[in-house]
Amino acid sequence: MTPFSYHKPSTVSEAVNLADSSSRFIAGGTNLVDLMKENVVSPARLIDITALALNGIQQTSSGGVLIGALVSNADLAWHALIEQRYPLLSQAILAGASPQLRNMASTGGNLLQRTRCYYFYDTGTPCNKREPGSGCPARSGLNRTHAILGASDSCVATHPSDMCVALAALDAVVHVEGRAGQRLIPFAEFHRLPGDTPERDNQLTADELITAIELPPPAFEQHYCYLKIRDRASYAFALVSVAAALKFNGSVIEDARVALGGVAHKPWRDVAVEMPLRGQAASPALFARAADALLQQAAPLSHNAFKVDLAKRAIVRALTEAAAGTSTERTTP
Amino acid sequence: MSANSQPGVDRHAISLTLNGLQRSLHVQPWTTLLDLLREQLDLIGSKKGCDHGQCGACTVLRDGKRINACLTLAVMCDGAELVTVEGLAVGDQLHPMQRAFITHDAFQCGYCTPGQICSAIGLAQEGRANTREAIREQMSGNLCRCGAYSNIVAAVEEALPLMQAAPKPDGGTTS
Repeated sequence: MTPFSYHKPSTVSEAVNLADSSSRFIAGGTNLVDLMKENVVSPARLIDITALALNGIQQTSSGGVLIGALVSNADLAWHALIEQRYPLLSQAILAGASPQLRNMASTGGNLLQRTRCYYFYDTGTPCNKREPGSGCPARSGLNRTHAILGASDSCVATHPSDMCVALAALDAVVHVEGRAGQRLIPFAEFHRLPGDTPERDNQLTADELITAIELPPPAFEQHYCYLKIRDRASYAFALVSVAAALKFNGSVIEDARVALGGVAHKPWRDVAVEMPLRGQAASPALFARAADALLQQAAPLSHNAFKVDLAKRAIVRALTEAAAGTSTERTTP
Repeated sequence: MSANSQPGVDRHAISLTLNGLQRSLHVQPWTTLLDLLREQLDLIGSKKGCDHGQCGACTVLRDGKRINACLTLAVMCDGAELVTVEGLAVGDQLHPMQRAFITHDAFQCGYCTPGQICSAIGLAQEGRANTREAIREQMSGNLCRCGAYSNIVAAVEEALPLMQAAPKPDGGTTS
């Protein structure tokens, strides 16, 4: 690791005042410490935010819930309020990482984890995300795990989080504080597509800190499914994952959410695909049409064309399980 | 804890409880907990397998919860209560999880074993594993390249009820 200085502020304003482009905030450290060992990231200053008062889970006056950025992934997944009202979120979190990592990793940090693209991690190869302008070997190289949607000539990386796929489906809002003050970022706008600036994963400025994640009032406690497809039964990143959530009025779908993980630089969701599900009765044919529509723009690479059909089948299965209300297993299907 | 003015020179004072003993230490900010244990304190039970949080051989308990010591900065353990595999036995009396691993021959080379045992104790304290399948899933953060998994699961399954009666692993023979 490249030497750095260590700071431990006790307030959010103190923390954001210490921050700039040469610093990094650290909480769980599960991704950042690893990146620093590999010299993918070499901050001059590390700002330990674990003393900040950001570790509560509380109900909001609107009937939603506010999750402090420092709540661990494990504590969030097993919290009674989350398990009962947002089981999709619990299920997604428990599909990710290992128990050790979930004990360490924070809610805010989960949003900020970097891609696991091999070339991003290998400082012996070019990578536009790590070193802008150096090139993207993944585009013509080993790209089996890479993006099939929303990629650019300069980057085909995927966002690795499971939790974020559920947060996208649930219309979460990211609470952020920087030197200029506080702002709220809708989840769909938080992460970016790579475009010509893949070095930027999200909309945060260097001094901004995630302070909380807000969820709107629950609507999908009965009909939900987080389906994760990976190369082994547990403890692996998604090739494709689906966060599916349905709300019924009688036998008719009143609201529907479908978000994909493992296929793009951000959790992939298209409201225009979800809207036609409303007012319909659940059926495999209806779900297959939605799957086709969500993958219509897919542009697979040399080694990941299988992801297109895999994603379509996973969407149909996840929506079918959500409709049946049978998704009770919290761990891997 | 004060900030460093000259990175690479300053050490930070931390105090923590390690296997039941109060320790006051000085660490560089980039020293991981695993390196602190192994290189500075000669507690070499916790193993460095991958050093990337992928194998679980470095698993220790911090404030009763299992974590990867290789991805934890020592400086961030100020005030923590840590238990490593060296702190599990009480005198000559092995922890029930250690005994179960011996009973079931739950290892071959033994390299992953300290991490497996600490992880299994963390699992037991979480209280979420009621079936063999759940044990398998919740032990997925610990790899065994010898493939002793079936015996590891059997050991954990046997030790879970015994742990209700076991002393909390917060101290031991390490000094």
